[in-house]
Amino acid sequence: MATQFARHKTIERNVTLLAVLAFIVVAIGGIVEIAPLFWIDTTVVKVDGVRPYTPLEQVGRNIYVREGCYGCHSQMIRPFRDEVERYGHYSLAAESMYDHPFQWGSERTGPDLARVGNRYSDEWHVQHLKNPRAVVPQSIMPPYAFLADRDVEIESITAHLKALRGVGVPYSKDEIANAKADLVAQADPEADTTALLKRYPKAQARDFDGDPKRLTEMDALVAYLQTLGTMVDFNAAGPREQAE
Amino acid sequence: MANLMMKTGGWFLLAMLALFGFAASADRGFAVHMLICGLAALIAAVVTMRRGETAKADASLYDDEVIRWGVIATVFWGIVGFLVGLVIATQLAFPWFSLNSEFTTFGRLRPLHTSAVIFAFGGNALIATSYYVVQRTCRVRLAFPGLARFVFWGYQLFIVLAATGYVMGITESREYAEPEWYVDLWLTLVWLSYLAVYVGTIVRRHEPHIYVANWFYLGFIITVAMLHVVNNISLPVSWMGSKSYSAFSGVQDALIQWWYGHNAVGFFLTAGFLGMMYYFVPKQAERPVYSYRLSIVHFWSLIFLYIWAGPHHLHYTALPDWAQTLGMVFSLMLWMPSWGGMINGLMTLNGAWDKIRTDPIIRMMVFALAFYGMSTFEGPMMAIKAVNSLSHYTNWTIGHVHSGALGWNGMITFSALYYMTPRLWNRSRLYSLRMINWHFWCATLGIVLYTASMWVAGITQGLMWREYGDDGYLVYAFVEVVQAMHPYYVMRIGGGLLYFSGAIIMAFNIAMTIAGHLRSEAPMSSPAFDPARDRPIRPAPIFAPVAA
Amino acid sequence: MVDRTRIDEPTGTETVGHEWDGIEELDTPMPRWWLLTLFGTIAFSLVYVVLYPAIPFRHSASAGVLGWSSHRQLAGEMTAEAARLAPTRSALAQTPIEMLPANPRLLVAAEEGGRSAFKVHCVQCHGSGAAGSKGYPNLNDDDWLWGGDLAAIQTTLTNGIRQPGNADTRMSQMPAFGRDGILEPAQVRDVASYVRLLSGQEKAGAASARGGVVFAANCAVCHGAQGKGGRNIGAPNLSDSIWLYGGDRVAIIDTITNAHAGVMPAWGHRLDAVTIKMLAAYVHSLGGGEANVAPPTPALTQAPTQTAAADVGN
Ligand code: HEC
Ligand code: HEC
Ligand code: HEC
Ligand code: HEM
Ligand code: HEM
Ligand SMILES: [Ca+2]
Ligand SMILES: [Ca+2]
Ligand SMILES: [Cu+2]
Repeated sequence: MATQFARHKTIERNVTLLAVLAFIVVAIGGIVEIAPLFWIDTTVVKVDGVRPYTPLEQVGRNIYVREGCYGCHSQMIRPFRDEVERYGHYSLAAESMYDHPFQWGSERTGPDLARVGNRYSDEWHVQHLKNPRAVVPQSIMPPYAFLADRDVEIESITAHLKALRGVGVPYSKDEIANAKADLVAQADPEADTTALLKRYPKAQARDFDGDPKRLTEMDALVAYLQTLGTMVDFNAAGPREQAE
Repeated sequence: MANLMMKTGGWFLLAMLALFGFAASADRGFAVHMLICGLAALIAAVVTMRRGETAKADASLYDDEVIRWGVIATVFWGIVGFLVGLVIATQLAFPWFSLNSEFTTFGRLRPLHTSAVIFAFGGNALIATSYYVVQRTCRVRLAFPGLARFVFWGYQLFIVLAATGYVMGITESREYAEPEWYVDLWLTLVWLSYLAVYVGTIVRRHEPHIYVANWFYLGFIITVAMLHVVNNISLPVSWMGSKSYSAFSGVQDALIQWWYGHNAVGFFLTAGFLGMMYYFVPKQAERPVYSYRLSIVHFWSLIFLYIWAGPHHLHYTALPDWAQTLGMVFSLMLWMPSWGGMINGLMTLNGAWDKIRTDPIIRMMVFALAFYGMSTFEGPMMAIKAVNSLSHYTNWTIGHVHSGALGWNGMITFSALYYMTPRLWNRSRLYSLRMINWHFWCATLGIVLYTASMWVAGITQGLMWREYGDDGYLVYAFVEVVQAMHPYYVMRIGGGLLYFSGAIIMAFNIAMTIAGHLRSEAPMSSPAFDPARDRPIRPAPIFAPVAA
Repeated sequence: MVDRTRIDEPTGTETVGHEWDGIEELDTPMPRWWLLTLFGTIAFSLVYVVLYPAIPFRHSASAGVLGWSSHRQLAGEMTAEAARLAPTRSALAQTPIEMLPANPRLLVAAEEGGRSAFKVHCVQCHGSGAAGSKGYPNLNDDDWLWGGDLAAIQTTLTNGIRQPGNADTRMSQMPAFGRDGILEPAQVRDVASYVRLLSGQEKAGAASARGGVVFAANCAVCHGAQGKGGRNIGAPNLSDSIWLYGGDRVAIIDTITNAHAGVMPAWGHRLDAVTIKMLAAYVHSLGGGEANVAPPTPALTQAPTQTAAADVGN
């Protein structure tokens, strides 16, 4: 037997050696690939317009995560002509920099949602989520009518924003202090939203679910969907350059 | 006695803690989970107390009790996982099947399916076979028998928490790592115990060398521990609630997740199952392993290269191009190391090829290896960026997954279960060998139907999305592509149904074997179970169980 | 420990000399083709890594000898495609939409492009045959809410209808007569009868006579004295058999009680002007297109509501 193989017998006789060597061998690849993502400057190029989610949008995002929409929908437009023409500008790293966790997805049983914001009316979303086949007869998406019956839990939002701040989302003190008020105001057509809009520029404030008296999970999910892909204005010169 | 009191008391304390968690919970899902944990701890306390009085195990035999549970759990979770797979397959073809309930939407059931088949079915198969293999190839009883049992039951608790969580909407929505933070912590504890039992057993071995199957099992256990811990770092919103936020975001989160996800495939579904293969194939074929040198080279190259390939799940995304390049080239280099395992398995039949015709278990193993070879050829091909630009996001990926999962993981597990069952319950043979044949054909036809339909579906889907007319404009609306998938989705239900029927046949066969029945049938050849031959050297009672 | 090697009979190969639970290993050399293929993939990878971005450093990663990037590749493709389509697109860009019918070849090209864009962006609401559904107008017929000539359709597409956040959107709002208590339930029922009389679904009677009075006082401002509708504020024609929200009694009563405010998204931000022109040409060609009238009507920003201060657009 060739000697280099005979030498392997040392490893085979020593479980500690085997385990340690195996661990070193499997640790290398991850370190080389992952660690540079935290230091190479061009990994996430900051783009004008990207901001943390408003409390209502974040609640909506949590519902998106809870329902496992990623099983059918991607949120990552690849730089191909057909995708850019179908869904819009390809996705930039900066656009998901506040997404804990990321929801890029790996299947497109349904269409990409990275830029679905402002593409449909609130009413359409509500009808579609309640019964997808009411508006799109060929759809195979499940119905989510229960969202309209369920009120958003308001009390815990401050804790959520604090936790997000803990993992690196730059919510300011002011934003955390006003979390509850902002959560309610964004879907209340009567509310004064100037402070909200100052904290979260370009946020869309209105009743989303067609029931202005209630703040439901439907309000939150539709508010989230309506912001997807709308933070960066690619018609403006700045973002266009930064996107290169 | 004091020891026993301490242990029982410990479980009671845990039960109390869980009940406190139940009372103070911030959300309903967490409350339900704490209730489940409390019940589990109470049961553990009662069992600990009663076991203390029962007789000690016979130390002259292998410690097979927990493996017997493992066989039953594997069969059970396999059936559950396949059934949920069938349900979600039906939902995609006939959407009314989501039954208008929040608990049964596709989005909540899909992770239930993937976790049930990978972690519950695959995981139990891995734990059971690794316990079986490590004892026999080290000629020693399991180290820490109490801990070994804790691993088994702790793992079942993990599965139950994960599964009930998904249905209630408790999920991190990161593929294959969906369970929330407290379930992750629990699994970490269970997994480190598993590592301790496994390494402990090897340390006490009565063989000078560690057999290659154990290299693979060990590599799998260590790597999964590393992946699990890093990928699940997150910050809970409340220590009494289920929701947490991943420590990472965006690009970094994506790569860490797919570093994990790809290597869940590489180590859970590949390295671990190769360990299984390296024991059961030579045993069933009664032939030496084809090449020791190949074992060495393919083991080290496989575990080294696999880790790098994660970015092939993120081709053309916002992940930087450089990382995508690495993901692609390392996937290509992974082709031969993967095939090393297939070659070593198939060529072990050198001198026993006739058994493919006569021995249904061998036939199953050969098909498992063939599907392994097929999906590890297809994988590197799909990792080429040009190919991935078409296949990504489509059902082609689903076809690839299931040729590996149903063909390789499923078939090799079934054959290992068929091998172990008569030996674990001391029966002269299985209830019926002919039924293995039935199982084999149902499964094979099912896989062919499943994968063929998904391949056609995926390529159709990819081509339709990017189809341009002569005038330079997109031809299809998205929903037209959704509509075009319908016939393939229906065909897949057929494939899944066949595969599922095969598993039912297996469950029946194994249940009858355990019950001690023998079906009278024309003989087929499979080496009869001869304990003397199977365990050439009786283990000396070197190790008495710690339970006092 | 001595290795007890032996020659395995069927293969004639030597064993390595260990045995575990009856399993032995052969000392077969690695298959040559296997090794060569492995080295082949490694060689390919080395070359590839030099050619393409691959190696992370301190501040950036290697760019690769070819200077390739996925974004640059897309830019190249888009430029090439833009160049190919340039003649048609620049001709379209320069032709005012009213002039399109005068250039049949250009018109056909525009309609083709529009057909594709319609499938991508519009079928979710207007249906795959553009036939619409409840609340989403049929675009095949010649009944138009806001105008059916090319320029009017173009304006509708660019700015949308009741699109929140868009200052130029087409805006109007029917009051919720029943919900907001402007009319008594009995009056609502009466005026519904009158609407059904207008559309020939009911015979004249006492209820519709009473309703006619209510209609003249409350509805005629928008829908016209004869109920023929008003395109300047998107008020539908109530005297025909085409209904956006349904023409049966229940639906009409519901409309008058709660009113609707269908939203059509604005596409001016999402799609370029040429694509919108093409879409307008396509929609116009579907069957109901009308000849040009005047220059594009300026969108009304405030509906002439007199009965209630309608809270426009949420
Ligand atoms: C079974 C797979 C499936 C699941 C799960 C699913 N969807 Fe869908 N979705 C689809 C399909 C298919 C379509 C395309 C047909 C249609 O418009 O209904 C779609 C369309 C959509 C659209 C319209 C996108 C567009 O650009 O046309 C939105 C928005 C959407 N889904 C949101 C969601 C949300 C939010 C969830 C989770 C709460 C979800 N979906 C869950 C399959 C799914
Ligand atoms: C969110 C759903 C939605 C989408 C997407 C949508 N529409 Fe509409 N569209 C509507 C609604 C609702 C109306 C009617 C508004 C009203 O009630 O006045 C409308 C009205 C129109 C009208 C005016 C019809 C008339 O009678 O005046 C035209 C033209 C039109 N849509 C074309 C398009 C085209 C072209 C597209 C794609 C670029 C499109 N629509 C996308 C919802 C939609
Ligand atoms: C401020 C203007 C205004 C007034 C006043 C008004 N309407 Fe309307 N009406 C509209 C508009 C605009 C629409 C279309 C709504 C849409 O497209 O979402 C409409 C739609 C309708 C429809 C639905 C048509 C269909 O195709 O489904 C009916 C019925 C109707 N109006 C009846 C009435 C009656 C009866 C009154 C008086 C009691 C009235 N309207 C007063 C503006 C008005
Ligand atoms: C009766 C057998 C089975 C059926 C009918 C079935 C069906 C399905 C379906 C319908 C999906 C979702 C596909 C989609 O989202 O479009 C799926 C996903 C998946 N299944 Fe199965 N399955 C079966 C068995 C298995 C087994 C045995 C395994 C693993 C050991 C497995 C692993 C997976 C994985 C990993 C995914 C996720 C794939 C991805 O995200 O790309 N399945 N299965
Ligand atoms: C050399 C070995 C392999 C390589 C290089 C490889 C490569 C790939 C690639 C490129 C994808 C598609 C990623 C995407 O476009 O989203 C993929 C998906 C997948 N493969 Fe493999 N594959 C290999 C072997 C296997 C085996 C043996 C299995 C066993 C079951 C397997 C299971 C999966 C699963 C579960 C997915 C789906 C992941 C997801 O999107 O959820 N692969 N693989
Ligand atoms: Ca509301
Ligand atoms: Ca997790
Ligand atoms: Cu992978």
